[in-house]
Amino acid sequence: MALNLREAVKRPERFTGGHRLCAGCGASVTVRAVLRALKPEDKAVIGAATGCLEVSSFLYPYTAWKDSFIHNAFENAGATISGVEAAYRVLKKKGKIDDTYKFIAFGGDGGTYDIGLQSLSGAMERGHDMVYVCYDNGAYMNTGIQRSSATPKYANTTTSPAGKVVPGKQQFRKDLTEVMAAHHIPYVAQTAPFGNFSDIHQKAEKAIYTEGPAFLNVFTPCPRGWRYDTPKLMEIVKLAIDTCYWPLYEVENGKWRLTYKPKKKLPIEDFLRPQGRFKHLFKPENQHLIEELQKEVDRRWEMLLEKCGE
Amino acid sequence: MAIRERLSGNEAVATAMKQINPDVVAAFPITPSTEVPQYFSQFVANGSVDTEFVAVESEHSAMSACVGASAAGARVMTATSANGLALMWEILYIAASSRLPIVMPVINRALSGPINIHNDHSDSMGARDSGWIQLYSEDNQEAYDNIIQAIRIAEHKDVRLPVMVCMDGFIVSHSVENIELLETEKVKEFVGEYDPGLDTLLNPEQPVAMGPLDLPPHYFEHKRQQAEAMKNAKKVILEIAKEFEALTGRKYGLFEEYKMEDAEVAIVVLNSTAGTAKEVVDELREKGVKAGLIKIRVFRPFPVEELRDALKHVKAVAVMDKADSFSAAGGPVFVETRAALYDAETKPVVISYIYGLGGRDVRTNDIMKVYNDLLEIVETGEVKSVYNYLGVRE
Repeated sequence: MALNLREAVKRPERFTGGHRLCAGCGASVTVRAVLRALKPEDKAVIGAATGCLEVSSFLYPYTAWKDSFIHNAFENAGATISGVEAAYRVLKKKGKIDDTYKFIAFGGDGGTYDIGLQSLSGAMERGHDMVYVCYDNGAYMNTGIQRSSATPKYANTTTSPAGKVVPGKQQFRKDLTEVMAAHHIPYVAQTAPFGNFSDIHQKAEKAIYTEGPAFLNVFTPCPRGWRYDTPKLMEIVKLAIDTCYWPLYEVENGKWRLTYKPKKKLPIEDFLRPQGRFKHLFKPENQHLIEELQKEVDRRWEMLLEKCGE
Repeated sequence: MAIRERLSGNEAVATAMKQINPDVVAAFPITPSTEVPQYFSQFVANGSVDTEFVAVESEHSAMSACVGASAAGARVMTATSANGLALMWEILYIAASSRLPIVMPVINRALSGPINIHNDHSDSMGARDSGWIQLYSEDNQEAYDNIIQAIRIAEHKDVRLPVMVCMDGFIVSHSVENIELLETEKVKEFVGEYDPGLDTLLNPEQPVAMGPLDLPPHYFEHKRQQAEAMKNAKKVILEIAKEFEALTGRKYGLFEEYKMEDAEVAIVVLNSTAGTAKEVVDELREKGVKAGLIKIRVFRPFPVEELRDALKHVKAVAVMDKADSFSAAGGPVFVETRAALYDAETKPVVISYIYGLGGRDVRTNDIMKVYNDLLEIVETGEVKSVYNYLGVRE
């Protein structure tokens, strides 16, 4: 369903202002965009892994969540929401609940790609009717910018620092969206808060209203960790997409579909340049590292095009 | 009329769970508790319960799903042993601090390493400070009875804490014994309908947020409230035991005193070893020796005053721990029992025995040795060794 942004923003916000996330952080934008896809008459239980989003939005005795919310630990948002959803199913069957509830878990890349992967995989495999949303900012931002398996190669983080002999993180990032697609669950998508938000809105709506498990991987910039000027949030998102670093696609019942194709594919350099974490790559002696990144982006993009029948 | 049956400990526990018919059970297999979710999933498959059974991918997720389900207002159970309990460890604390009345049979087994599947108490002793109530059971009858009472204890409004019901792996879990079961209707009536109150994620009246970031201005107060709930538990456990006695004729307290009225020497012990020790007490009594036994049922909350009163007139006490705490100063039950006696005006000599680790057999002659050591202390007034290992090749 196409998004009428003017109409959609009239829906009451389910994530309030006054949370403590940084200015220029993508997480609140991602959360609002996903929750906007909930029908206003439907209730929801939101789960969160430990991370920036959770510590900034539910600092006792305040909460920024208008729906029921549960934080358990770092690695178990998938299992926790599985339990909530199982309780809902049985209590509904026993006639103890009338309302319709939807179940959404949010985790950062650390709590999803790394420590939370097992719990997420289990929840998806078991087929709980829930959506797991990874807001991927490519590092453990809450604990001070440590590398995760989602961190791009050569990024400078506090545990993959760029030094005299090692130029930042040594490995390419894990492709979690593909890993989740390999679970053959009804709906998997990679998206971003982008343009008029229609891509993320449509995917969130499909994810929430498809019966069974769904996974959304959302590109979510972090001004502290990526070292960009806070007003540049949306510009960075657009560059990630137009350089094909973060392609937008979905896998619906096993069918791969590209949902956005840049008119002109930009060089990866354009995405790297505005971010302080890649500053060291722009020294003349490191030109070959950027070329290496370009090759890998191209390789993964070509593979994706093939999967999507493009 | 009670139902006479012959069941193993695991069957007894699974039968109690069937009769309770909880809303959600989330579990992962681990020896020797594996049979509990196995039997239970058969009940689900046959439609004898209407529980949602969540076959999770690890014990960590089992406890995580239990937390989610309990926070949603469901009556929730699981079961585990040893490394499974250790893997839950982080979430045990979260379940307790979130005041979620989850009930979990723990089929005691040694913790790795080295890996060992046999019985000792290193698993539940490792979790003793996680904020869970801990009940221990001598045999399948007590395990069954404790599970049914645990539901009421956990859900009591003055408590609202999770409860683990411990029994010995293999020795009880896999041994078939006679048991008296309650009729299912009576169990249902005893445990009642669960009323989670308004603070649930699925409360249609108002949304609820659980598991906040709790900084120095509030965290300490929350832990203090949790400690208060544990204090309240003692009274509640006794009240519920009285009700249970009225229903079944089976009497439960914080601990069982066996021939303690005039005892001069006594052993303090948990779980099935109490059965073996009772044999020895009987044998000694026949010889005119004033031997007694205390079998602790409620280890959390720890019955400090009551134990002090029960032991203060005894001359020498041996506390037997089926777990080492590697403090180089005695086992965990020993340390707490000895501390409980500090305020007594007349106090016995208290010595520690670590025994039975990794399933090492403990026989009546082992326990006889302990009583003989105590009798020697009484006779000579001399304590050769406070910290002892029983039945190990030195």
